[in-house]
This record gives sequence, C-alpha cells and structure tokens, in this order.
Amino acid sequence: MEQIKTGKNVISDQTIEYVGILAKLELSEEEKQAAKKDMERMLDYIDKLNELDTSQTEPMSHIFSVKNVFREDVAEHVDGGEDTLANAPERKDRAFVVPKTVDQ
Amino acid sequence: MNKEYETVIGLEVHVELATKTKIFCSCSTAFGSAPNTHTCPVCTGMPGSLPVLNKKVVEYAIAVGLATGCEINQYSKFDRKNYFYPDNPQNYQISQLYLPICHDGGIEIETQAGTKMIGIHEIHMEEDAGKLIHDDWEEVSLVDYNRSGVPLIEIVSEPDMRSAEEVIAYLDKLRMIIQYLGASDCKMQEGSMRADVNLSVRKLGSKEFGTRTEMKNIGSFKAIARAIEAEKARQIDLLESGESVVQETRRWNDEQGYSYAMRSKEDAQDYRYFPEPDLVPIEVSDQWLQKIRGRQPELRDQKYKRYVEQYGLPAYDAQILTSAKKLADLFEEAVKLCEKPKKVSNWLMGETMRLMKEHSMDPEDIAFSPVNLAKLIVLADAGTINGTVAKEVFEQVFANDIDPDQYVEQKGLKTVNDEDALRKTIAQIIEDNPKSVEDYHNGKEKAIGFLVGQTMKAMKGKANPGMVNQILKELL
Repeated sequence: MEQIKTGKNVISDQTIEYVGILAKLELSEEEKQAAKKDMERMLDYIDKLNELDTSQTEPMSHIFSVKNVFREDVAEHVDGGEDTLANAPERKDRAFVVPKTVDQ
Repeated sequence: MNKEYETVIGLEVHVELATKTKIFCSCSTAFGSAPNTHTCPVCTGMPGSLPVLNKKVVEYAIAVGLATGCEINQYSKFDRKNYFYPDNPQNYQISQLYLPICHDGGIEIETQAGTKMIGIHEIHMEEDAGKLIHDDWEEVSLVDYNRSGVPLIEIVSEPDMRSAEEVIAYLDKLRMIIQYLGASDCKMQEGSMRADVNLSVRKLGSKEFGTRTEMKNIGSFKAIARAIEAEKARQIDLLESGESVVQETRRWNDEQGYSYAMRSKEDAQDYRYFPEPDLVPIEVSDQWLQKIRGRQPELRDQKYKRYVEQYGLPAYDAQILTSAKKLADLFEEAVKLCEKPKKVSNWLMGETMRLMKEHSMDPEDIAFSPVNLAKLIVLADAGTINGTVAKEVFEQVFANDIDPDQYVEQKGLKTVNDEDALRKTIAQIIEDNPKSVEDYHNGKEKAIGFLVGQTMKAMKGKANPGMVNQILKELL
C-alpha cells in the first residue's frame, strides 16, 4: 500500500474499495471519503508510534500478563439446539437456512 | 514428454482430535447427532461469548509434534484468520499463524524406491467450521454448527513429495502415528482426516518452483492419487502449449475425474491475521513437556523392531501385526497370557484375517478378548483339542468372544487320546470299507485319506489325527 514515509499517509480510492470488499461493506461516496480520512489518520498515528526505538523491546503478544488459562475436557451442554436456532433469521427443521453457497 | 517434468507436492493435513469436547467450549464433539445439537454461544460466535482453551487439545498437538520429530514452541499463541462464509459464524477462525505449537519436524516414508524424509514445516491448532448441506430443490444451503469448534491440528508438510506414491506413503505413516497416539481415529470417510494438496510442476533439474495450485478436501487415498495424476497432467499440458499455470484453489470431482477452479470472490485470500485478543498465550513448561513425553506410547517403527528382536517374529508378521494398533494390542495382551508369540501371530494373521475379510471388517471392529485367544492357544498346544476343533472354537471366539475352556467342556470337544477306543473304531471302519482297504493294498495311497476321514467322522472330529494315522497303517 502507498505509504509515504515522511508526512501524511494517503489512502487511494482503490484501497478503500478493496477494504470495503473484504469487510463486506457497501459505502456511499461520502462514507468512502470519511473512511479514507479516518484511515489516513490511523496510519499517521502508527507512523508516530514507529518513531519509538523498540529494538531492545520484546514483542508483546498479549496485553495481560496472564497465561495458560485452560478448560478440562469435560462435556457440559446437553442440547443447545433450540437456543442456538432462536438466533436464526430463517430455519428449516434443525438447521440455519442461508443463501446457496457457490463453491462447495 | 512427462519424463521431462518433475511434480512437487506439499500437503496440508487437517486432523480432528479425539477430545470429548470442542476446542473453546464444553460442547460435545460427538459425530452424527441432529443438526445444531452440540452448540452454544461460543461455537456459534455470539457477541460477548469468550473462548477457553481445552487443555487436552494442547497435549494432543504436542504429542503429535513429538512423534513427528518436531520442535515444540514452548511459548505459543492464537491468531484470528478473517473471512466471511456461512460455515463460520464468527466471521473469523481462531488459528495459529505466528507461533504455532510445533515446527520443523519430519517423518520417514517408505516407497519402492527406498526410504525418504518428508519435512514437516509446522503443526498448528485451530477450530473446525460448521457443515453446509446443499438443498437440491431450493436455492438455499442449510447450516449445521455441530462441527463448528471441533479441535483440529493442521500438519503442514514441506514441498518434499514428488509422486502420488510418496503422498500416499506420507499420509499412511501420519495416520498410523496419530492413531497409535490415540490423538484421532483419522477416518477419511468421516472427515476426521482431510488433506489439501499443493502441487506444481517444473522441468527436471530446475531449482525454481513452478506456480502451484491447491486442491482442497479430497475424500480418500485413492481419490488423492487420481487427483494428483490429473492435476500434474493438466499443468504439463498448459506449459507445453505455452500457457501458464494460474495460482488458484481447485476442487477435485472424483466421479468425473477432473478438477475445476473454485470461484472465489476478489482476493478472498487476504485473511488479515491478527493476534487473538480473547485467548491468553500458552506457556509449556519443561515439566509439562516432560510429562507428555513420558506418556508417549511406543510407535509403530519401535514396535516392529521389538517384535522381531524380542519375540523372534518374522519381519512379515511384525509388519502385519503393527499395521493397526488394535492388532498390535491384541497380540501383546495374548502373548503376555500364553507366552507363545508365533502361535498368537499365526491365529491373528491366519484365521482372524480370514474372518475379517469374510465380514468386511476393519481391525478396529475386532471384538474378541486376548484372554480367550490365549486360552484357545493353550488348549490347542496341549493337544486337548485338535486343529480342526480349534478352528471351530476360534470362530466362536471371533463371533461371540466365548470362553474356550467352558465351550470345549460343554460341547465335549476334547480330543480322544484313548488308544483302545480308537483301535476299536478303526477296526470297525476297516471292516465296513473293504473297497478302500483293497485300493490301499493295490497301491492307492490316497485311499487312506478316506479311511482317516471316516474315523474322524465316527469320532465326531475329536480324535488325535496323528494317532489315527499311525493305528490305521498298523492295522492295514
């Protein structure tokens, strides 16, 4: 992506189009312009962070200093079917109904 | 023309782990229930639900890593892989990209050409997706989330394989290792082991890789072999006619014998991975690792060697007996009880295999206990029952796991070793069959077989065959 090293980042129309497709969003022209501005500001902020020297810092993989939270392998739920299906916009018998998927 | 090309193949193998519950929630992983029975807010991606990692998944993944010569990342974490598809209710799959649990291993395979090391790039843990069922009558698909969140390990090989034969040998070896560990049943037809094949071709001697295609979720070893042959031919044809191979995902249609490109939405391969914030990192202490190492069962190669060295079995026997964990377990248990390894091996390789074939059974379906096999061997070995009776009793052991001691007693199947009784019977047989006796004296050696048969019949199969032969010859 087109990131200018010094100064302000510029997001192209192409990029905003692509991000829209990935996020499954259809944006109006106004929304696109607004999103562009937001993203540019975000990248500028990241550039600011990148000014810090982190060569002596270990990469952080989680913000909490917690590790090893586990469950034992014991089954609990008996039948969650009806609760789950209560969320289905459309159902048929015990299954969710979705538009036909193409590539299976 | 094909001779000028080399096929380069790497595999991504997904294996469903044999845990009782899903990877991030306590829903059951049982196969075959009504759609959406084993679901909860976590495995259906409800907002606000939080995943908690199943410890057993980590232990199985490490066990497989150790058994395939991998290094274990003692500091490991999960990442989110983002994509939209109805089988994935969260719109992301929790997987591992940056710090997979195992890396840099390999297994040795055997083919006609000899042994070869196939590298394993990494093994990571992830969750399975739901299942889509396509409605033939309406323009809709039905979704069942029972499989959503079932734990998987993905074993990513290096591009080290060069033929379908090597691929099958690799899959077979991998399956055997994982089954021995008890980490999965690896049933391809039920989808608990699935393989994606990455394949490219290049001119022999070339160091550069060609452009590869990926074929997803092929359902059986045979189908994989066919898909590889067809894809190899397709790519060579393209190159020979001056066209180029397009990097894409293809689906193999095994009934029709061809593959086709899956239509993917523009750049759907951009998964935008990022660290999974809902799960904390995993730190595997030396102590924990040691514990898992200590629990590793003996694997096939070691077992095979030990059968030859410790029990003095022929290599062929050791090969067959270790080809399925079930057979190996039966063998060892029975040997412990009767201390006759070759005899146990003979019963397993002979009658057991015959009956399995007759009933189209897999070794896993064998239902008799090693105790009853051992008892039968003791009875036959002591001469308490003869060979014919032993086979008959074994069929009962195989079918109903009967106790041979009781069965032989109740049915009165003990071999008659009473010489006087036998002499009397044989004298009578000779008297009743003058024609055969005459034939025998005229040099027809075969006639004696008939007389032996008649004697056995009169003794209801319980006579000691050696003794019958001896007495017959004497009286004739």
